[in-house]
Amino acid sequence: MSAVIDAHHDDHAHGPAKGITRWLYTTNHKDIGSMYLWFSFLMFLAGGVMALVIRAELFQPGQSFVEPHFFNQMTTMHGLVMVFGAIMPAFVGLANWMLPMMVGAPDMALPRMNNLSFWILPFASALLISTLFMEGGGPDFGWTMYAPLSTTYAPDSVTYVIFAIHLLGASSIMGAINIIATILNMRAPGMTLMKMPMFVWTWLITAYLLIAVMPVLAGAVTMMLFDIHFGTSFFDAAGGGDPVLFQHIFWFFGHPEVYIMILPAFGIVSHVIPAFSRKRLFGYDSMVYATSSIAFLSFIVWAHHMFTVGMPLAGQLFFMYATMLIAVPTGVKVFNWISTMWQGSMTFETPMLFALAFVFLFTIGGFSGVMLSIAPADYQYHDTYFVVAHFHYVLVSGSLFSIFSAVYFWLPKWTGYMYSEALGKVHFWLSFLGVNLAFFPMHFSGLAGMPRRIPDYALQFANFNAWSTVGAFIFGLSQLLFLYVVIQSIRGGQKATAQVWDGAEGLEWTVPSPAPYHTFATPPQVK
Amino acid sequence: MFFPTRFTATGLLLAAALVLAVPAAASGWNMTPGVTEISRAIYDLHMLIFWICVGIGVVVFGAMFISIVLHRKSRNATPATFHESTKLEIVWTLIPLAILIGMAVPATSVLVQMYDSGGEDMVVEVRGYQWRWEYKYLDDDLNEQLSFFSNLSTPRDQILGRAEKGEHYLLEVDNPLVIPINRKVRFLLTSNDVIHAWWVPDFALKRDAIPGFINDIWAIVEEPGIYRGQCAELCGIDHGYMPIVVHALPEDEFDAWYAERLELARAQDEQLEEQIAQEWSGEELFARGESVYATHCVACHQAEGQGVPPVFPALAGNGVVAGDLESHMDVVYHGRPGTAMQAFGPVLDPVDMASVMHYQRKAFGHANGEVVKPVDVIRFAEAQ
Repeated sequence: MSAVIDAHHDDHAHGPAKGITRWLYTTNHKDIGSMYLWFSFLMFLAGGVMALVIRAELFQPGQSFVEPHFFNQMTTMHGLVMVFGAIMPAFVGLANWMLPMMVGAPDMALPRMNNLSFWILPFASALLISTLFMEGGGPDFGWTMYAPLSTTYAPDSVTYVIFAIHLLGASSIMGAINIIATILNMRAPGMTLMKMPMFVWTWLITAYLLIAVMPVLAGAVTMMLFDIHFGTSFFDAAGGGDPVLFQHIFWFFGHPEVYIMILPAFGIVSHVIPAFSRKRLFGYDSMVYATSSIAFLSFIVWAHHMFTVGMPLAGQLFFMYATMLIAVPTGVKVFNWISTMWQGSMTFETPMLFALAFVFLFTIGGFSGVMLSIAPADYQYHDTYFVVAHFHYVLVSGSLFSIFSAVYFWLPKWTGYMYSEALGKVHFWLSFLGVNLAFFPMHFSGLAGMPRRIPDYALQFANFNAWSTVGAFIFGLSQLLFLYVVIQSIRGGQKATAQVWDGAEGLEWTVPSPAPYHTFATPPQVK
Repeated sequence: MFFPTRFTATGLLLAAALVLAVPAAASGWNMTPGVTEISRAIYDLHMLIFWICVGIGVVVFGAMFISIVLHRKSRNATPATFHESTKLEIVWTLIPLAILIGMAVPATSVLVQMYDSGGEDMVVEVRGYQWRWEYKYLDDDLNEQLSFFSNLSTPRDQILGRAEKGEHYLLEVDNPLVIPINRKVRFLLTSNDVIHAWWVPDFALKRDAIPGFINDIWAIVEEPGIYRGQCAELCGIDHGYMPIVVHALPEDEFDAWYAERLELARAQDEQLEEQIAQEWSGEELFARGESVYATHCVACHQAEGQGVPPVFPALAGNGVVAGDLESHMDVVYHGRPGTAMQAFGPVLDPVDMASVMHYQRKAFGHANGEVVKPVDVIRFAEAQ
């Protein structure tokens, strides 16, 4: 039996197919990983342009650049595209590239499903973005889609948005199943769970979160669909429903969702900081337990997004206490990273700069998170720019910076060439400056009383907004430099060694750079 | 190396900015302490937690920057090899836990205080509409005594940049809510269409106004003054244009205002009778209708009646506006359920309703010389 198969497959190290079919039919985790990463970058630019439209309108008071109706479509689409098109697919792309190599597997466990879960994405995203060009415009009710604004009062295109979200959710669930199957079944001999690299651990937990909550989102948007088209009243008080029910369901998805976007980032930073500190990760075990605790807590804090809906006192107190608790495991992670640096032998290449900025700025986002968790104070923060500042600190200088860090860290492994360190640093410093200039003043405008999602504002908020706009444009434009650095590294440059970074540890550094099309056909032995 | 040093410097600068932000509180960089006991308690809570965060930040970032400066390869070529300590992990689990409990105690007590909404001196119902607020003063049995709408009063020319923006740009209304100081005012919040949120920062009150449900909040304002806020929950195209203005008056002034306002409402009812009976000329109706249109219609249907199709249909050349009066009135009176077109029957009095329809038909419908009279509206309303 095996002899027959072997006769047809004597050359196991065959390369990729030629032409477009390589990308359409590929089941190779590296190809699919690259496609995920390119796709997410494209979406990042699209969502970024929308953000710049928003910032351009808000540069000065007055209605100057776009109509309020289009402004609302931009805020909505910016959120949806960045969450479902940019950040999540980027992490899945990194998982595709790195997880098999980190656990010593030849590929993902379910390669055909891997192909499908990627190829759903471009179509789902095209469907989502096409609503902007439909009669009545795209979704204009915020990415949180609160009913009844998103049902009774929504433009007709909401039906397409719902379908797009179903597709994106299906893609995420497939990706998550694949990741769990790979990690649990395909680790190299000797790699016990507690020897897995942190990125593997964090992605394993993230994948469980995805499987748990993406169906909840699908349920919520399906209920919207029924309210709109089939006469149900899930979210319509006039028919016996409850608009607040939508928020409960949405945030039951939504809060784990924000950890879906940050846990893999924790994993990345836990690779980069030890590598450039030339010192083992401090408190590996506690990192694993902290990540698991955060994932558990993420299921019981959802209503802290809804402190103003009028919950009973007991509900407010429960969600306040549970939310505050998240600070404990998150703090443990930050302390561990800093202890990893402590008495290390640090150098500051671009991945390390992004990782350090992550620790610094994510912690600032964590501080504002603790402030927001205090329910009485949240009455003043809720739905203001303070919240906008908070979640951009954790999502942009958190998640996104970790993705930049990961790309610079593993780029030489992918392309076989070193990227330009000088240009990488310029990219870092421009991004760092831009992010802080864009988002730090939002703390002040929010505390001073500026609500979010408004297309125009009172005069006392003018200075903060002008600064934010300048910062946003610096940040946005500097991403073109990132694109240039990546392309430059693909096209050539200084040859990368297999080890690439002298302090880096893990199976991915034992294969040549660039990593061959097929790696670990024979599993390595982990001691 | 050059870059890491700058990294440190930038970080310190940012931390400094964070700290410097505090004394600047008075100049609109920080949360307002407000004018109620609760708002001050919340402000104190906010500052307490802010300073705790600054303290933790100094320690954590301090350690990080010391490490970045001292433990770099150029100064420390051989890294240490320690990589775990259960003792440390327990310490930095328990210390934050203790700090959090320290925050939770005052937070809980403020929250409990806020939920004590009984024993009020008066009740005001606040009803959100796309995109205006309605205030109803209720008596002890929650019967309506006095009610009025509160609309943005900033001229469109200021919004579109054709006129200089006033001091209270976007934070001014035609009819502010008026309440007395030193009395416990209970607000019952609800909405007529989508979810809005009523927020006055100086009272530290923010609560959602949800269609079909009633939320309650309360305030005892301690200083007379004019307090401004905005809708805080995305509620559609003009979410940014439905401000809240509250005049807090000394008790006796409020009582006088309230009595006068009740009298005025009665007089207005009588005046309305007269106005309805009065013989209106086309020009008079057109002039009045233009101002009603500017308040209630312009946000969606736009100044030239061009709308924002197809969400907000154009009135210019619209079959309804150009067609027979009955069906036009039907749309204005009952709205179009399931769309943003609300029912104006309960919002506009017959004179306003007649004049705005007259204006629409004349300005956008190219109607002939017909005049829409208030009595037409009355007749229509009675037939419903």
